[in-house]
Amino acid sequence: MYVYDQYDQQLLNERVTQFKGQMARYLEGKIAEDEFLPLRLQNGIYVQRYAPMLRVAIPYGQLNSDQMRALAKVARDYDKGYAHFSTRQNVQFNWPALEQCPDILADLAEVQMHAVQTSGNCIRNTTTDEYAGVIAEEVVDPRPYCEIIRQWSTFHPEFAFLPRKFKIAVNAVPGEDRAAIAMHDIGLNIIKNDAGEVGYRVLVGGGLGRTPILGTEICDFLPEQHLLTYLDAIIRVYNQFGRRDNKYKARIKILVKALGIERMRELVEEEWNRIKDGEGQLTQAELARVKQHFVDPSYEDLTDEPETLISAKAENKGFARWLSRNVRAHKKPGYAVVTLTLKQIGTPPGDVTAEQMDQIAELSDEFSFGELRSTHQQNLVLPDVEQRELFNVWQKAKVLGLATPTLGLLTNMICCPGGDFCALANAKSIPVAEAIQARFDNLDYLYDLGELDLNISGCMNACGHHHIGHIGVLGVDKKGEEFYQVSLGGNSGGNAGDTSASVGKILGPSFARDKMPDVVATILDFYVANRHEGETFLEAYRRIGHDSYKGAVYGKAD
Amino acid sequence: MAKLINTHGEVANTPLTQVTFEQWQASPNGNSLELFLSSDQTADLIGDQCKSFARICIDFPKFSDGRGYSAARLLRERYGFNGELRAVGDVLIDQLFFMKRCGFDTFALRDDQVLEDALAAFSTFSVSYQNDVLDQKPLFRRRMN
Repeated sequence: MYVYDQYDQQLLNERVTQFKGQMARYLEGKIAEDEFLPLRLQNGIYVQRYAPMLRVAIPYGQLNSDQMRALAKVARDYDKGYAHFSTRQNVQFNWPALEQCPDILADLAEVQMHAVQTSGNCIRNTTTDEYAGVIAEEVVDPRPYCEIIRQWSTFHPEFAFLPRKFKIAVNAVPGEDRAAIAMHDIGLNIIKNDAGEVGYRVLVGGGLGRTPILGTEICDFLPEQHLLTYLDAIIRVYNQFGRRDNKYKARIKILVKALGIERMRELVEEEWNRIKDGEGQLTQAELARVKQHFVDPSYEDLTDEPETLISAKAENKGFARWLSRNVRAHKKPGYAVVTLTLKQIGTPPGDVTAEQMDQIAELSDEFSFGELRSTHQQNLVLPDVEQRELFNVWQKAKVLGLATPTLGLLTNMICCPGGDFCALANAKSIPVAEAIQARFDNLDYLYDLGELDLNISGCMNACGHHHIGHIGVLGVDKKGEEFYQVSLGGNSGGNAGDTSASVGKILGPSFARDKMPDVVATILDFYVANRHEGETFLEAYRRIGHDSYKGAVYGKAD
Repeated sequence: MAKLINTHGEVANTPLTQVTFEQWQASPNGNSLELFLSSDQTADLIGDQCKSFARICIDFPKFSDGRGYSAARLLRERYGFNGELRAVGDVLIDQLFFMKRCGFDTFALRDDQVLEDALAAFSTFSVSYQNDVLDQKPLFRRRMN
């Protein structure tokens, strides 16, 4: 993974000093609350329902074991002994003291971690495929491009006060959208043209939140070296013309909609033509320099399906299940990609204790070259595990509660922190997740249901990605009471077998919290009763149609 | 009353006749004028004609309104404006470093801001990843490894 040189480290150290000073001036009363707000936000600090929350960046989901240990230490020294992995591949601490945040950031800087631009109206952490670099399907490894974007976006002098937050995602797998790029302000699909040259198909104006919209193509092939100038051009247009009068209409998706994609393209190209051949153009030397950081670890020459694995699988049904769900093919023979699920029943999705984090770091050192990934489904990944060690890893992960064999199934829910923590939430989301997990705990049933994304958000800001869940749950406030709206048919586009992204459609009037497991059960029963052989939940929904599901849930179709 | 500063310290204001873009459009003449550009007016609106002004003041009606950064950069980088570029309005300490990088050379610092802290803010960072008005080369063209 990328290792800082003296420039990167110097810049981060200076950031730590800057924020220490800003915090001191704030505590002395020299900065007003509303003027301190963007400063703390751009350093990852929210003020939540009960306490501040610190969001630490995990650039494109990549971290190493030392960083994981440093996060565990933060959880122990400054928080209540746990952390929460978010749907944007970042990690959040729910209980730090505001005045201690500069110290936390200083500690993290020692392991090249930070909270830079994890919030605020600026360019946020770039996200990508959690399996980047270790799967055979990708055109190229997207991580060097993400790192180049990270550096370009860090303290960008022109774009620190955009109309609203700005998120970029990168996908490099043809025919699949493994990073939900259609749901981002800018989505980059790394592709090769007929001449074999690397470039990007660029989408703009996608997003979840209050107005879910899929991104639209603004450029069908942008040559590799033009990445940063094109991003500059898009964001410059947005910075000048995006709405600033209404925070709910301030995202770039609203601008793209208002201008139309044709006009947007014209403005961007006009801007880009003026800078594309300047010094901002990416050099092959820089690409080569960054790519060096992402070369393969020293893999051994191994073969797939070693004898030990085959026999362990035959002897142990639990292990076989885990293999079938939580372990994925690796580009290198004899290796596998292992997902450690943070979806233990009784624990909020994405939560992990300091002890677990230390143990995960150990696992990573012992079995995966000390590397880890965080995923948008709020899990962690050991990217480079030898297949002959899988049984060993499974046993250890199981003891730690990190081997729920349900990746991609109903109970591997995505869930925001919701009203238990978040000041924005209209409703709690964690208790809904827990009730559903408790109700559907029969593995045979879950396996029979097959691929199913159930996503829960506690408000329309959609941190739980409810719009792109096959089943989406949104917490709403009705005269001070918490209700839940159900939508069906959303899709992130990352699922094997079905690659078209879609936004879910609302089923009907919302439900009280205690009704939610029954509602989900009704939907699932209807699917099971009507599916064709081998048809996934999403495929069946698309074939049978929304109204039939509506009828099943509400008693009649209208 | 705002304190006028450059990156070194407090400076005296040279009074010039100020015009808005609309006023100047109606009567585009006069020497040593100062143009007041509001935050919803872009650099492209003035374009090459920026050179007829001795000074351009770009307004930040609220510190969180970031349009002025693009306006400043475009005036400097695209239209070659060499006169004085002044940030006016809600000009606060913690935005000065960005403003400097985008090509501002004087800053009408809001009166409640501490001068010493403001001057220190100009040297917050010694490294920048991106190209900007101060340095046309991004760090990737300058790294010495």
